[in-house]
Amino acid sequence: MSLDQTESYQTPDGRTIGPVVMEMRNITLRFGGVVAIKDISFDIREGEIRAIIGPNGAGKSSMLNVINGFYHPQEGEVWFRGQKRKPMKPHAIAHQGIARTFQNIALFRGMTTLDNIMTGRFTKMRAPWWQQAFWTGPAEREEVANREVVEKIIDFLEIQAIRKTPVGRLPYGLQKRVELGRALAAEPKLLLLDEPMAGMNVEEKEDMSRFILDVNDEFGTTIALIEHDMGVVMDISDRVVVMDYGAKIGDGTPDEVRNNAAVIDAYLGVAHD
Amino acid sequence: MTAHDLPGDATTFPRLLARNAARHGDQPAYRVKEFGIWQSWTWGEAADEVNVLAKGLIGLGLNAGDHVAIIGRNRPQLYMAMVSIQSCGAVPVPLYQDAVAEEMAYVLDHCGARFVIAEDQEQVDKVLEINDRLPGLEQILYLDPRGLRKYDHTHLHKLEEVAAAGRASDNEADLKRRSDALDADSTCVMLYTSGTTGRPKGVVLSNANIILTAKNSADFDHLNAGDSVLAYLPMAWVGDFIFSMGQAYWAGFCVACPESEHTMQADLREIGPTYFFAPPRFFEGLLTNVMIRMEDAGWLKKRLFHHYMAVAKRVGPALLDGQSVSTGDKLAYKLGGLLVYGPLKNTLGLSRVRVGYTAGEAIGPEIFDFYRALGINLKQLYGQTEASVFITQQPDGQVRADTVGTPTPGVEIRISDNGEVFYRSPGVFVEYYKNADSTADTKDAEGWVATGDAGFIEADTGHLKIIDRAKDVGKLASGGMFAPKYVENKLKFYPNILEAVVFGAGRDMCTAFLNIDLMAVGNWAERNNIAYASYQELAAHAEVYATFQKHVEEVNESVAQDQMLSGCQIHRFVILHKQLDADDGELTRTQKVRRRIIEEKYADILAALYDGSETISTETEVTYEDGRKGAIKATLEIRDAKVVETGGRMAAE
Repeated sequence: MSLDQTESYQTPDGRTIGPVVMEMRNITLRFGGVVAIKDISFDIREGEIRAIIGPNGAGKSSMLNVINGFYHPQEGEVWFRGQKRKPMKPHAIAHQGIARTFQNIALFRGMTTLDNIMTGRFTKMRAPWWQQAFWTGPAEREEVANREVVEKIIDFLEIQAIRKTPVGRLPYGLQKRVELGRALAAEPKLLLLDEPMAGMNVEEKEDMSRFILDVNDEFGTTIALIEHDMGVVMDISDRVVVMDYGAKIGDGTPDEVRNNAAVIDAYLGVAHD
Repeated sequence: MTAHDLPGDATTFPRLLARNAARHGDQPAYRVKEFGIWQSWTWGEAADEVNVLAKGLIGLGLNAGDHVAIIGRNRPQLYMAMVSIQSCGAVPVPLYQDAVAEEMAYVLDHCGARFVIAEDQEQVDKVLEINDRLPGLEQILYLDPRGLRKYDHTHLHKLEEVAAAGRASDNEADLKRRSDALDADSTCVMLYTSGTTGRPKGVVLSNANIILTAKNSADFDHLNAGDSVLAYLPMAWVGDFIFSMGQAYWAGFCVACPESEHTMQADLREIGPTYFFAPPRFFEGLLTNVMIRMEDAGWLKKRLFHHYMAVAKRVGPALLDGQSVSTGDKLAYKLGGLLVYGPLKNTLGLSRVRVGYTAGEAIGPEIFDFYRALGINLKQLYGQTEASVFITQQPDGQVRADTVGTPTPGVEIRISDNGEVFYRSPGVFVEYYKNADSTADTKDAEGWVATGDAGFIEADTGHLKIIDRAKDVGKLASGGMFAPKYVENKLKFYPNILEAVVFGAGRDMCTAFLNIDLMAVGNWAERNNIAYASYQELAAHAEVYATFQKHVEEVNESVAQDQMLSGCQIHRFVILHKQLDADDGELTRTQKVRRRIIEEKYADILAALYDGSETISTETEVTYEDGRKGAIKATLEIRDAKVVETGGRMAAE
């Protein structure tokens, strides 16, 4: 697709995909002698669902970690909303409006669903700690406002029944949903999902796909996701980046990617005539 | 009793609403939990909301006499919408919200609904899916806008916006003229019977039917404006209409709706209703849950629980029935209340229940006694859609597990020569919509209605006892009486057995299909370190079969006690590899077994039960929740069960 960075276009299902919000330019990431990411460039447009796929060890999670500032690439630039991003800590990046979920669920297992999602509001809490400790006016008002946002997310994700359940007691699929809820609580501009459907059964995958589409549709959130299930990826994403051994081997709409010889090779390992 | 017994301000729902708003305008009429908080509407607010929505509906072109389908879970807005519809002179038709699009197509077409009010995207999607087959359908309204923003809104409207348009409109005079034209004989609601056989039928009920029945039954239990109820059963079911609309409007009490179907138990606890209805299934499930959790409790709690439950079983029912008990027992029961019953009832959400009812199926005596022992005034009633529910109910102080009580005030009962129960009451339905033949078959010229149930009235107490569906009662090849439900109920009283279907009409012996209760059996498996990967595997487990065999043989012993029915002992049984499900058409939406369909669908298994084979390989079609179909294959074991010889008695029958 040859589009200008600032142009917008309409998808066949009637959504508007805006200009580029995040651009990775020639990213290279090394761990000692291991090259995890080799000179990769791609962009993410506003309002789109962008998938990163590839076999195990291709460098997908490393890529996500670069986006959310957990890893700092040795070479290359990250441009976010028209500005080159300086190296910064993940929490500072969270304040910029990037939230994520993790491949291995990273929730507070002893805390309830409600409390876990509340932690996602930390970037929105302004009251100083002494007010929060003594529950004085501003802190209380802030908590009520935050709780309202969290309750709307609980309603959105249909997890009312587990509001007060410690997440450690929940089945895997629901924990994933709670984690999505926590990421949503930050009201992100860009949402990063690391294998949101790993280890789920078909029904749970369908539910999760629907929630991802709904998030994108209702809140206009831009989503970048890593996923193994090709069926799901092809169904829900607008554009797909394919990685193999740290390099980008394909980029385009699901149909373009599906017919890309390099991609077929990487996935099926079959030689072509 | 006739419609003239109703006061002038109580002949229709719009009038009852106005009466309630005048009498107790500041008291809550509806509650619903949303965003974690209980939101409420007072009677005054409800009257206003009903008024503006009605004007909005007129603005959209709703005519008097139209049918408006309501599809959704119990929501105050949907209950109020029903009264708005009535105010316009139209007729609300609530549908089962978990029905698949196909099932809805028939009903929507049959009633010729011009408007549909749907709860959310899921329901709107279903209606849109069958839209081309419904030429009469003009407007779809919805409550929850989530996911619907981008739909074509030419014929799709948000309920709130219709109400806002109604508020701004000048339809007041038109609305007043329409609701003034209504009287006790106008149609109040049309409810489709789930239909254990054939197509669903639209039961037309008038205002007098509903309001008189609500009045009689509410007075019977002294329900008043201070009561509260949790509305969680399907809105399309007549019981919900009587409890959450009829009695609530008559007595003026508050109807609370749960947040979602999964939070019902927690919401029940928070609301603590004083008036509660649940099918036997619910009480069974709750008891199973309590027992499972007690198994995992510490030794002290366990001992306390078992000691005081024994006391409760001895003393509780007697106290409830107002009989005298010794001072020592009274004290022990008081102490038990403090230590066990009080906290337990609180956990179950039943602390404040003053009147509780169960109906629809027989309830196990142990289960029934458990709740009565705790001091919960659980009673049984017997009813039908065609009767606006109430035919008989148990008066306080005369409650037993094996009867369904005495006739509700205003109801007459008669038993025909072949044992079928007939009734005549102010609640008797007007007609089946567009089905004069069925109306004539069911209701005779004098207003007597056949229940389709076989039963008898106990001579000394006047209580009605139900044996089985009259058409299901048959004869065995040997000539003995065959009453499948009687045996099935005995089987289902075991917590492990969720469902049972007994066959034997016209055959030389009885056999049964059984369903495991996944929760009870799964928990048992967990505690005994039995690994299983699926429902199918657990159901086929050898130890599960052994347990079920024991259950069946115990039931056989119990059945053998009954001279008339001793031929109904189960000779062979099989545990099915899938749960019988309404989505597959095997149960009705109210969870009743559809014998004929099961018989056809599992013909191969049934044949194997009678030809002596030890296993049967079969393939079964299943329908997923979204309507897609799949198939499961299984090889099932068939077991023989020991039967008790009853000697020559059978031959003498």
